[in-house]
Amino acid sequence: MISLPAFAVLACGNPSRGDDALGPLLLARLAAWLESEGLTEHFELIEDFQLQIEHALDLQGRRGALFIDAGLAMLPPFTLAPVYPDDTPGHSTHAISPGAVLAVYRRVVGGEPPPASLLCVRGEAYGLGEALSPLAAENLELAWPALQQFCREWLQTIDV
Amino acid sequence: MTYHLETAEHPERLRRVAIDPVSRVEGHGKVTLLLDEANKVQQVRLHIVEFRGFEKFIQGRPYWEVPVMVQRLCGICPVSHHLAASKAMDIIVGARQLTPTAEKIRRLMHYGQIMQSHALHFFHLCSPDLLFGFDSEVGKRNIVGVAEKYPETARRGVLIRKFGQEAIRITAGKRIHGTGAIPGGVNKSLSIEERDTLLKDVYQIIGWCRDAVHMARELHETDPAMYNSFGIFRSHFMSLIGHNGELDLYDGKLRARDEQGDVFFDGVAPADYAKHIQEEVKPWSYMKFPFFTALGKEHGWYKVGPLARVQNCDSIPSALADAERREFIDYAGGTPMHAALAYHWTRMIEMLHAAEMIKDLLHDPDLLGHDLMVTGERVSEGVGMLEAPRGTLIHHYAVDENDLVTMCNLIVSTTHNNQAMNEAIRHVARRYLHGREITEGLLNHIEVAIRAYDPCLSCATHALGKMPLVVELRDVEGNLLDQLSRS
Repeated sequence: MISLPAFAVLACGNPSRGDDALGPLLLARLAAWLESEGLTEHFELIEDFQLQIEHALDLQGRRGALFIDAGLAMLPPFTLAPVYPDDTPGHSTHAISPGAVLAVYRRVVGGEPPPASLLCVRGEAYGLGEALSPLAAENLELAWPALQQFCREWLQTIDV
Repeated sequence: MTYHLETAEHPERLRRVAIDPVSRVEGHGKVTLLLDEANKVQQVRLHIVEFRGFEKFIQGRPYWEVPVMVQRLCGICPVSHHLAASKAMDIIVGARQLTPTAEKIRRLMHYGQIMQSHALHFFHLCSPDLLFGFDSEVGKRNIVGVAEKYPETARRGVLIRKFGQEAIRITAGKRIHGTGAIPGGVNKSLSIEERDTLLKDVYQIIGWCRDAVHMARELHETDPAMYNSFGIFRSHFMSLIGHNGELDLYDGKLRARDEQGDVFFDGVAPADYAKHIQEEVKPWSYMKFPFFTALGKEHGWYKVGPLARVQNCDSIPSALADAERREFIDYAGGTPMHAALAYHWTRMIEMLHAAEMIKDLLHDPDLLGHDLMVTGERVSEGVGMLEAPRGTLIHHYAVDENDLVTMCNLIVSTTHNNQAMNEAIRHVARRYLHGREITEGLLNHIEVAIRAYDPCLSCATHALGKMPLVVELRDVEGNLLDQLSRS
């Protein structure tokens, strides 16, 4: 049987839509750091434009999950907090929320999903072809140490 | 055909209801209804409130980058843009006939995209409306409600979509930002292990897709009066057709039929699309309004997508889907079905077809071949066209001697359906809102009509909290009377 990495990090966003790139940029930085630290075997890094129902299947067999996304409905620079299965209807778009992914897990996989958190970094502008805004770039720098610390704490829960 | 309800005579005297943005629809759409003092609908419009800037995003880039870059135009159908751009660039590099392996790898990718997109739309976005009714409480219309009542349906929806995504991952190399198709061919074929990964599940998937067709049909049969009339209006159809008149989602020539089903034009090569299709700009929307040149702006608009394709072709080249197509044609009674909700039924027929085609391709040894690329005489202009999940997708580029894109024109599926969606919501508004107080359930009828077309208005942006739904009710002076917000 194939052994899965203990932790899944799911970052969503479009790298070509301004601050929507925050998630992919943090994921790329995380990938480089894990490589340099020799920790890649413990993490599966998943990037997508949007969270979708099938991402629930990516959580199977994990010890923990972290979602990373850009956000507007929160104060800068970022929030990092647990997220729980949420059946509250979403009315956004084809995409679903991290809580909805966990709820889909319950129904499709069965049982409780792994403990999950959401790192949401404040973005300001999302135009096609725009670069990361200066404010979002500042927020990214502030979020990065928190992301590293979060991963270190995760690793303390397993035998590394 | 009429533009009745597009523009009111005295809009300044009317009160305004805005659905902003349309929920569970990709991008930034807004519906406004102007009502008079008796709550009579006087004007209905679907606005696209975000400027896309697609062409500007692409111009000036080297042509070989374009198939990768265009995936970032849309988070829902990046594969369709990837393949349409690749087909246009095939022409640019003189690759007018791909190797069998290259064409079949691309088709596998495309059928994977059709499957995952159609599964998401039916099982996740529309089943709540269809299963629970448009007036049901808003919480029950979500997939959560579907899952509670039909748990197996929700599970299958996820797994069918996952299967389609796997076909994309295996052919494109990655889940997103793939580079599978390149100008002149593809950069990889399948290994035996990759083929077998898909092969072990494909028969189960075909069975589930067939069940989904039957579920869509049964929904129609439970309430034919409503399903056969909701959001109905008559129009022309258009889609690509294969060389023998069959449904072909990847390649072919354009055929259009009129509202009675008679062929209006046929055999139009993709490169000649501009001779037959023009686009009108209207001041109240960023999305253009395409029309057939021969019929003019007022009468020349048309529908694209599953409902058009399934009725436009002479056959479907996969046995189970073709049997379902014939059932659908029989149900329609020998004349074209124009009801908006019939999109769902035909969408499921196409999903079954895509699954069958994937199965056939997986048994084809060409998928494992190594002859991946062709080249030919370089030209300066190319048109790539395919049938994306939502309808005909056109990519047209000009490239200069320095290999940079100097001209880009994209007509995406949702743009083709722009007038059709406007007509659908006007029909619904006339039927369900006229003279009545506005309720959430009634407003949802408008959204149901739009969702039937599965529009993708300008996607790829997803940020938490970015897409609340706000409904505003204003009096004739523009004062805010009430506001409803979903987030």
